[in-house]
Amino acid sequence: MNYIELSYLDIALAASLLTVNAGLSIYYRLGTAKRLLVAATRMVVQLTLVGLVLKALFHTVSPWLTLLVGLAMVGFAGREAMARQDRSFIGFWGYGLGTTSMLMAAAIVTIFALATQFHADPWYDPRYAIPILGMILGNTMTGVSLALDRLLAEADNGRARIEARLALGHTFREAMQEPLKSAMRAGLIPTVNGMAAAGLVSLPGMMTGQILAGVDPVEAVKYQLLVMFLIGGGTALGVFCAVMIGLRRLTDTRQRLRLDRLRVE
Amino acid sequence: MLKIEHLSRAVLKPVSLEVPAGICVAIRGASGSGKSLLLRAIADLDPCSGRVSLDGTERSAMAANDWRRRVTYVAADSGWWTDKVGDHFEYPDIAAGYLVRLGFHGDVMSWPVSRLSTGERQRLALLRAMVQSPRVLLLDEPTSALDPEATAKVESLLHEKINGGIIIVMVTHDAGQAARMSKRRFRMQDGVLSEEAS
Repeated sequence: MNYIELSYLDIALAASLLTVNAGLSIYYRLGTAKRLLVAATRMVVQLTLVGLVLKALFHTVSPWLTLLVGLAMVGFAGREAMARQDRSFIGFWGYGLGTTSMLMAAAIVTIFALATQFHADPWYDPRYAIPILGMILGNTMTGVSLALDRLLAEADNGRARIEARLALGHTFREAMQEPLKSAMRAGLIPTVNGMAAAGLVSLPGMMTGQILAGVDPVEAVKYQLLVMFLIGGGTALGVFCAVMIGLRRLTDTRQRLRLDRLRVE
Repeated sequence: MLKIEHLSRAVLKPVSLEVPAGICVAIRGASGSGKSLLLRAIADLDPCSGRVSLDGTERSAMAANDWRRRVTYVAADSGWWTDKVGDHFEYPDIAAGYLVRLGFHGDVMSWPVSRLSTGERQRLALLRAMVQSPRVLLLDEPTSALDPEATAKVESLLHEKINGGIIIVMVTHDAGQAARMSKRRFRMQDGVLSEEAS
């Protein structure tokens, strides 16, 4: 494979584009300059560290170490998903809901992909497992946090609607039909939009990266399709799981709407 | 007979009350004194302790949705979950028979909910609960948004239902309404329910 190796100067030049962004923010007093700076710095530090960790990890092909890194990634994703919600459950489920759903969805899809399409040997080879898990998690996280945010917001804002149905003797499931549909849709929109626009509007990041790195476009497309399907499956699974657990936590054995279990930021 | 034993929850002190069939009781009291909380607790819409039974059947022995179908709470602010009025009614045909009596003209069932005034919503929310033939109606200020004429229509219909054996527990700010509607009158103060001397 022949590809143009990047120097650190090249990356610094690309980063300078962000200063345009920051300048606009300061000029129009959007108040995003600081956030932008923090986010960019976080990205640089995180990715640099990840590069080093991955390099070390790929050298020692250990199932336990791979598992540990995978779990840590899920843990961070869970925290990030919670931070993106305006409302969350009080106590363990505030963090546990998104994390459990993502853990389940990402584990199933990653192991499925490793065992069937990639024929990695050994199957837990971190060189395959970690990047796949990362990609699935990143997208599932967006879906799960959007879906939960929508579910909890609709339950909270729609209290009169929901309790009117409960009072008339509808089951909790019936009373939550609209919020449920709306939450599922919200969680799946980024995936659906991503699939619909792929290739026409945007060249997906992974494919672009591969092409820039010298891979034949047709091969890159095949990889991209595979990844999109894995992401779609993982997100749908994670969103479904999160919404279903969320629905259960919003009620109790007497089919009440338990908004007292929510915390509004 | 609706039997309530030591029903309590936050704010609400234990309430014990027996209401036989065909009786309406009225509860008055300042805002925030716990009147609505009591109605919600009877309908099992909030976690609470104590025992409630209807005609000898314990509430806990019944699925929550079955209980609420028999003991139906009508909130002061009505909730509407789809666009069309008629879609909120389990039996639109039965409901249609009552519309004129409640002061509606024309085909209100096909209207969008957004077209309804507050008073119209209040009457329709009551009707929506009533046509499901509950044994008990828990009414939270059922005529607060109505003019005297419409209030009279609602009260006349409720009287008819009471005579037919339904039990009503009604929260109202209107002393006149309490006198017109109920056999027994209560007052709620800081979560304590006490009977008024008649």
